[in-house]
Formats: sequence, C-alpha cells, structure tokens
Amino acid sequence: MTRPEKPWVNPYLGGVLLGLVLFAAFFVTGNGLGASGGFQRIWVWLEDFVASGHVDRTGYLAGYAGGNKNPLDLWIVPLLIGVPIGGFLSSWFSGRFKVRTGKGPNISVKTRWAFAFIGGTIMGFGARFARGCTSGQALSGGAVLSVGSWAFMFAMFAGGYAVAWFVRKLWA
Amino acid sequence: MFTTLAIAPFPVEADLGKWLAYGLYLIIGILFGTALEQAGFAYSPNLAAQFYLKDMRVLKVMFTAIITAMTLIFLSSGIGILDYSQLFVDPTYLWPGIVGGIIMGVGFAIGGFCPGTSATAAATGSIDGLFYLGGIFTGIFAFGETVDSFAEFWYGWSMGRFTIPEWLNLSTGATVVLVILVAFVFFWAAEWFEKKFGGVDPKTLPKARYIGAAAILGLGLVVMLIGQPGWEQKWDRISVEKSEVLANREVQIEPAELLELMNNNKIKLVMLDVRSESEYNLFHLAWARHVDPTAEAIDALVPELLDNPGKTAVVTMSNGEADATEAWKVLVAQGVPNVYILGDGLNGWLDVFAGSDIHPVTYPVADDQPRFVFATAIGSGYSASNPDPEEYELEYTPKVKLAKQAGPTAGGCG
Repeated sequence: MTRPEKPWVNPYLGGVLLGLVLFAAFFVTGNGLGASGGFQRIWVWLEDFVASGHVDRTGYLAGYAGGNKNPLDLWIVPLLIGVPIGGFLSSWFSGRFKVRTGKGPNISVKTRWAFAFIGGTIMGFGARFARGCTSGQALSGGAVLSVGSWAFMFAMFAGGYAVAWFVRKLWA
Repeated sequence: MFTTLAIAPFPVEADLGKWLAYGLYLIIGILFGTALEQAGFAYSPNLAAQFYLKDMRVLKVMFTAIITAMTLIFLSSGIGILDYSQLFVDPTYLWPGIVGGIIMGVGFAIGGFCPGTSATAAATGSIDGLFYLGGIFTGIFAFGETVDSFAEFWYGWSMGRFTIPEWLNLSTGATVVLVILVAFVFFWAAEWFEKKFGGVDPKTLPKARYIGAAAILGLGLVVMLIGQPGWEQKWDRISVEKSEVLANREVQIEPAELLELMNNNKIKLVMLDVRSESEYNLFHLAWARHVDPTAEAIDALVPELLDNPGKTAVVTMSNGEADATEAWKVLVAQGVPNVYILGDGLNGWLDVFAGSDIHPVTYPVADDQPRFVFATAIGSGYSASNPDPEEYELEYTPKVKLAKQAGPTAGGCG
C-alpha cells in the first residue's frame, strides 16, 4: 500500500477514456454499457431463492425469473461484475485504494452512511423507473442518439439541481 | 445464417459461445470500472460537487464520453465497418424516462453516486459506496414490488427506437456536429461556473483541451461530409452472400408455411404487399399491409420494422417474386431481421387457395403480373385471403427460423 497516490486524470481525458470503452462495447457487441440492469437481475436472483412463488406471480419480476428463467443469464451481469474489479485494480495501481468515507466536511461519517443509503434507495427506484441508469441510458443511449435517453439525462440533472440546495449541508 | 455479416457489431454469443462472450463482457466491465475510477468517479464529493457548480467533472466526463463514442460510432458506420441498425438504441418511453430521471437526480444529489459509480467506489474501499449499494438494492426491491400498480404509466409513452435525427428531421451527420457543438457550449458554461463558484483559474486548465476539441469537431465534420450509407451501399457489401441465399431459395417460403405463420400466435407476423394499390384493393391477404413497390417506400418502413420484438417475421409478397425480392433486398440490407419472401407470390398462393370466386386467366402472363381475375374489389373479403388452416393438409419445407439478434433485441440495461 505504499504506491504514491496519483491524482485523477483530467475530466476531459477521463471522458475520452470512457468514450473509447463505450465505443468499443458498441462496436464489438452491439450493446453499450450498463449497471442498474445487472443490479436488478442480481436482486431478482436473490428474491427468487427466498420467494420463488412470489416472483412467478409478480408480472414484472416474472419477466426476469419466472419459471425456469435464470435472471443472471444476460451479458449485463458479467459486465457489472467487471466494474468493481476494474475499479479496484485502477485504484490500487494509482495508489488510491483506501478504506474511507467520502463526505462533506460538516457531517459525521454515520450521517453520511445514512444519506448514502437513502440516496441509493431513491436512485435504485428511479433507475428502474427510467429503464436504465447513468450508464445504460445517459451514456449508451446518448451516444447512439436516442431521444428518450437525452430527455432522461436532462431530467436527471434537473432533479439533482432541484434538491441540491436543500441538502447542501451534506456536501459543503 | 443472417447474423454472420462481416461488419460490426458481431454476434459474440453465437461466434464465441456464451461463456467466452461473457468473458468478453467481463473485460468490458473491467475497462468501464477502470475508466470511472481514473476519472475520479469513485469519490462521492467529486460527483456531488457537480450540483454546486464548483467542480463540473461529472458533466465534462459524461459529455466528452458521449461525443467521443458518438463520433466514432457514426464514423465507423459512415465508412461501412459498423452497422448502426444492429446497435441497441434505448427505446424511448418519454414520460416514464423523465420521471425516472428526476427521481435519479434526487438520489444522485443526496447519495453522491449513481449505480455504476457506487459499485466502482465500493471496490476502492469507499464505505459510503457500500451503503449506497445497499440502498440501490432496496430501491430496486421497492420498484419491483410496486411497478405493477402503476404499470399503465410505466409502459406508456412508448415511442420505440426513436432517434434525434428522426426527431429533428436532420441528417445523422448534421446531428453529430450539432451535439458536439452543444457539448462545447456546456463545457464553456462549466468552466465559467468553475471560475465563478469554484475559484478555478481557467488559465490553469490544460491547453491541450482545445486541440482535443478541434480534433473531435473535425471528425464530426468528416462524419457529416461522408454521410451514412443508404440501403444500396449496404446491399453492395452483402450482395454476394445474399444472392446465394436467394439462389438457393432459402428465404422463399411456400404458401403453406405462410398460412401456418398467419395462424401462429406465438410470433408477430408482418406481411408487406408490394403490388400496385389497385391490385391490393382487388384482393389481398388478411392483415397484409400495402406498400408502394418503390425502394423509398420500403426503406421508409425500416425504423418501424427494426423496432419489432425479437419474435417477428416479415414476409414480402407480389404477384410473382420480382418486386417482393427487391423489397427483401432493401430490408435485409438495412438489417431488418427475419425477412422472407412469399415464394411464387400471390399467384402461387392462389394456385393453392383460390375458391370458386377467383378464376385463373386463360392466357400467359408476364413475370410478376397477376395470373387470376377477381369478380369484385373486396380486398381481404375472399376466402383465399384468410383460408381456414383446418381445411388444408399441406406439406412444406419449413424455412422460417427466427434468428436471435445480437444487439437490438437483446435489451440494453434490461
């Protein structure tokens, strides 16, 4: 753990890197990037273990795991598994792997954990509502010029700016 | 058979087998996580700063990524090494997408991550990332349990594969340049905000970003200049392979198979009747759609046909086969999956199914001309328009195989 900590790359350069990965994904497979769809499938897989009958009876869930369907059997699941592996390797080799809690200076660590959980809950609900998250909708759909993805992206920024003032103590 | 075109994207699961293909997706995921981490997206204060206009990293990274990928995608498509019709384009569900986006924005500002970044962050030792992940599963659980109660809204506003060039009625190349310019305006505004609220001196930002901007705008202009290939150019690329398919009669289905398809409720059948309108009015098959027998009219159907669910068969038909084959070429060139031709056309159909109200002519007819006369113009009112499958026991060589699509129907974030 003695690697010197390198700064993050310039955002424009980071964007080019991310754009190249996105392009490669589309070029090779025809699919873009995604994350929330993978979370959805992992979740339904777990739910199917404890309440298989419930999954079969709930129309939306049955679409993923009704009967003998394996919800994990789609490309987006291995892709999502790769994301934390990449995050770990990248942070390790750049000296940025660190057990810590990212937060604003004026809140406690526990408060931050609570709000991270609340924010994640809202995000998880919203991402399924929008049929995709920042990766699957905004980035992937944006790059192939989907009208819905662009509308989604501006709505997401609007939602963030609309509440930012009310939660400024979390970050300032 | 239909997915082995030599241009990208590639049907990786068919070519490599499922496990190797999943290995490839794992590598893409690793690269994705690496890019997110390098860009600083694994540290929540970096992400939240976006909403306080101090550090516009999120906007810069996202829009740079989008214009980079977009430009390369349409450049590849323009020079003919990538088929855009085979890429997954998120279907537009306008208002559900907007409402979901607003909810996500709220979660973003409160929690400081989005799904992909929280998974990355958790792997870099971020404890808030772990809590956020727990929240995501909770939110997904809540959505799955409640969505059936607002299903009408959630499945509503469906506009299918709807792209900005179609919406603005612009060429793809012009749209690419426009999006790049819009991104530049955002970047300029972002740097202005950073200066005003974040105290960032623009002089400290690297000059190289201007070179990058010029490069991407230059590429965008190239995309606009070379344009996107039409169906003729796309056909030229596959004509050797596909002419063989036609010559081997692999896609010309027999009337009996079409009758089976018409009565098979497990698939969606689209029948395109490309005869003249007056011929169509005299007689046509039940549920067959009339399309003018011109390449333009058929080409105009492509966006709609690309939008069909995976289990859709398209059958083109004319009196004989000539016009139906031309229509087939346009659709196949444009990447529409599962397109077939009614072998020997409606003449062949009527040889089998014509009732006492339809009579064959007694003189020889030219290729692709009607070989039957109809007493009245009652369209699909004839018994031959929708024969009762129970009345016929016909043998045929089945040719319809609904190819599983590599990209478009596999379902992006699904």
